[in-house]
Amino acid sequence: MKPELEQLADSVCAKYDYDAVNLLPILQEIQRHSPRNYISEEMARIIAKKLDITESRVYDVITYFSALSSEPRGEVIIQICNSTTCNVNNNRDLIRWFEEELGIKVGETTPDNKFTLIFTHCFGACDVSPAVRIEDDVYGMLTREKVKDLIAAKRGAVV
Amino acid sequence: MKQVHFITELFDKYDGRSLQAYLDAGGFTALKKLFDISSEAVLAEIDASGLQGRGGAAYPTGKKLRQARAEKAARKFVVCNADEGEPGTFKDRELLKCNIYQVIEGMVIAGICTQSQEGIIYVREEYTNMHDEIRAAIAECYKHNYLGKGIMGSPYNFDLKLFSGAGSYVCGEGFAMCESMEGKSGRPRSKPPYVKQEGFLRLPTLVINTETLSAIVSIIKHGADSFRRYGTEKSPGTKLISISGKVNRPGVYEIPFGLTIREIINDLAGGIRNGKKGHFVQIGGASGGILPERLWDTPYTYEDLAKAGLSVGSGAIVVADEDNSLLDYLKVVQDFFRHESCGKCTPCREGNRQLRFIFDRIINGTATAADYDNLEIVLDVMGKASLCGSGKTEVVPFRTAQRYFPELFMTKECFVAKKAVV
Ligand SMILES: Cc1cc2nc3c(=O)[nH]c(=O)nc-3n(C[C@H](O)[C@H](O)[C@H](O)COP(=O)(O)O)c2cc1C
Ligand code: SF4
Ligand code: FES
Repeated sequence: MKPELEQLADSVCAKYDYDAVNLLPILQEIQRHSPRNYISEEMARIIAKKLDITESRVYDVITYFSALSSEPRGEVIIQICNSTTCNVNNNRDLIRWFEEELGIKVGETTPDNKFTLIFTHCFGACDVSPAVRIEDDVYGMLTREKVKDLIAAKRGAVV
Repeated sequence: MKQVHFITELFDKYDGRSLQAYLDAGGFTALKKLFDISSEAVLAEIDASGLQGRGGAAYPTGKKLRQARAEKAARKFVVCNADEGEPGTFKDRELLKCNIYQVIEGMVIAGICTQSQEGIIYVREEYTNMHDEIRAAIAECYKHNYLGKGIMGSPYNFDLKLFSGAGSYVCGEGFAMCESMEGKSGRPRSKPPYVKQEGFLRLPTLVINTETLSAIVSIIKHGADSFRRYGTEKSPGTKLISISGKVNRPGVYEIPFGLTIREIINDLAGGIRNGKKGHFVQIGGASGGILPERLWDTPYTYEDLAKAGLSVGSGAIVVADEDNSLLDYLKVVQDFFRHESCGKCTPCREGNRQLRFIFDRIINGTATAADYDNLEIVLDVMGKASLCGSGKTEVVPFRTAQRYFPELFMTKECFVAKKAVV
């Protein structure tokens, strides 16, 4: 077992008294501190042990909630809304712009593991629809130019 | 009188962040009043207001609080439902952003009225960018004794914290919400017992919507009569609606019940964009009904919408114009439910799989008479036998679409034959 995984798990679980009732916030916090935005199999095993619950319960929760992932993802997650209002407002251009700018299709991660582009359901930004969520921030009423700038800014943020 | 500011009275009176500014604008006077007049009098005021739950089910709030109060247990919980998962809905977002202190005040009042000492604001993960501000507001209230022990010098205690959802529509349902707060996947439980009896940690739990809580505060502050000045006999008061889609001014508006859909679209939301013709609206979220343009003179009230086969639901109104295809729209709705179905019960899990196949064929024009027959069976079983409201109400958009656009749901031959009969 990797000591840094142990350490992360311990620091988060301790905050929540090692009580499995808090599994959801524990997983969310651990995922936030994981570079690839996911809970690895090894980490899931560690968490199960620390909280004295079965691994299958940990996986049940990870796979149930869309904010949690059991697969590695990009460092920056871009979620395009594909719900009712955004469809009515024709989000197809927006989808294309992001796909072109990132050079990937929805559902994929860029080869440098920087970005993951996915569809998501309404995140309550229908007043600026078609909307996109980049990490925790919401953007709407975008143009081709603005999409380019947003991605460039996020790219710049790493180097 | 189109847009009003009863619940949203303080929206532009302060920045929504400073407790002092909230107090200066009259904040926490409803709670003070509770201490002056007793919780029984407050419940009577809520009864008199006729307030119905704004989370979708429209259950009388006064009655609900009394039921919660009647439950006896050493620990009882109040949960503010800020999961706001119905597509097209963003009014709770505004209440959290523009006036979080009123939501907190509502929680304290609900806690005292139901003799519960622990509160949780369950905020959807999608609103993560607001979580810190909500936590900060809670901390401010603790600091100034509007939360915690002996609130405002009274004998009452109330604790409050934020819990973040993790991206699941079904967790807006009371039991699923409790399950997720217990560190499990958010699947509804079968009832009875009900959430109010055995909810979070199997203890009595009152789950109440963000807007309902905000309304309670305004009602206590200004009296049931001033609330009833708005609306109709059967739909008293005001409602926050989220209007979006092909309109010029999408947004959240507080309206008196009774405006027509057309007035809401034209007078508040600035009409349909680019001079296009309206086609249909969906009212109440993805689980809400479809209403064609020809019926947009229907008043927005519980009773008039019910007559048309619809309900107020989450307060969402999604507007589609002549360029939007209803079948494509329904496909998006169906995709949503298929993805969000928790899979616990067969009617919803398998029904959604079948609906997908049938819809694909309807859309690409290869549906047969058998497909339309099966559509009937699947919708019937889902509506009647699903375990929770998700599967049960998912049929509403399809049923209303069938009712108002029958030509879309039969083979051409069948439609022609039926028309010949009529
Ligand atoms: C699948 C499903 C999702 C729901 N989502 C929400 C929601 O996001 N917000 C909400 O307030 N109520 C939601 N509800 C309704 C709640 O179960 C509950 O009735 C409501 O929060 C009670 O509050 P009220 O009495 O103030 O309306 C949902 C119900 C179901 C069945
Ligand atoms: S109706 Fe759907 S969401 Fe509700 S319990 Fe059944 S499978 Fe789960
Ligand atoms: S439908 Fe896209 S943000 Fe609400």
